[in-house]
Amino acid sequence: MKVGIVRFPGSNCEEDSWFAVVEHLREDAVMLWHKAHDLQGADVIILPGGFAHGDYLRAGAIARFSPIMTEVAAHAAKGGIVIGICNGFQIACEAHLLPGALLRNNRGYRSMPVTIRVEHSDTPMTAAASVGQCLTMPIAHGEGRFTASEEDLDRLEGEGQVVFRYVDARGTATPEANPNGAMRNIAGVCNAGRNVVGLMPHPERALDPLLGSTDGLVLFESLLATVNA
Amino acid sequence: MNFRVSVHVVPRRGILDPQGKAVGDALRTLGFARVAEVHVGRHVVIELAAESADAARRDATAMCERLLANPVTEDFAIAAVEAA
Repeated sequence: MKVGIVRFPGSNCEEDSWFAVVEHLREDAVMLWHKAHDLQGADVIILPGGFAHGDYLRAGAIARFSPIMTEVAAHAAKGGIVIGICNGFQIACEAHLLPGALLRNNRGYRSMPVTIRVEHSDTPMTAAASVGQCLTMPIAHGEGRFTASEEDLDRLEGEGQVVFRYVDARGTATPEANPNGAMRNIAGVCNAGRNVVGLMPHPERALDPLLGSTDGLVLFESLLATVNA
Repeated sequence: MNFRVSVHVVPRRGILDPQGKAVGDALRTLGFARVAEVHVGRHVVIELAAESADAARRDATAMCERLLANPVTEDFAIAAVEAA
């Protein structure tokens, strides 16, 4: 598997994503500058966390027009895997690669561990996980409140595009378990083609016992399993 | 001709606006008891060259649709078009 990690000016989780792929999976990764027009043959593109272009205007709004996004959109249109983590999720939504929008949290900036439940295992990021599996990993964002019209939310639920939900320790989606006011506790979604997945929590920061959780590993193993399938 | 176009971008009504709510709470705390609701948006001023005021308005509308407003969650209005 070769993973291309897009580095925007202001990205700050690209090294963590690189470390996840190279050190934990022992697979290939390449950094892709946002002004490049070549994905270098990557099977999977990761849009990493951070503050691309300073999050000016709206998080992801400017990054969406970075030159490399033309190739990322073409890769996604061909069924190629694109993963958006945190700021990368915001960028993917702004680029209309994913439905909905991520608005300012209802309770300000949140940096804390959360538990998310895997809702569907038929996506490239959850293929090695099981439905109902609960994973603990950190969030660190001020704009992660997933928002869409009620009509769109019903459609997303019906099509099985809600991939991750914030839950409590017992695996129940409660208002208390929702760190940012996301509609229907949504932490991550996929597109209709199921090849683009975005989530606010950081699996790349939950790979080592030293960091408190290794629950992020199964999501990276899912990418590998999907590419090798 | 040169024009100065003012654009207002605001959160769509009905979508939770925590920033507006916090500002509203603060205003009431200061004694502005009659404040009912506050919505915090963005005011963008664009200086541009265009053939006419109508053309400048059309250009600004296209800018809002493509970049300045998020069609999922925000509404925009062209507040003013002035010769610059």
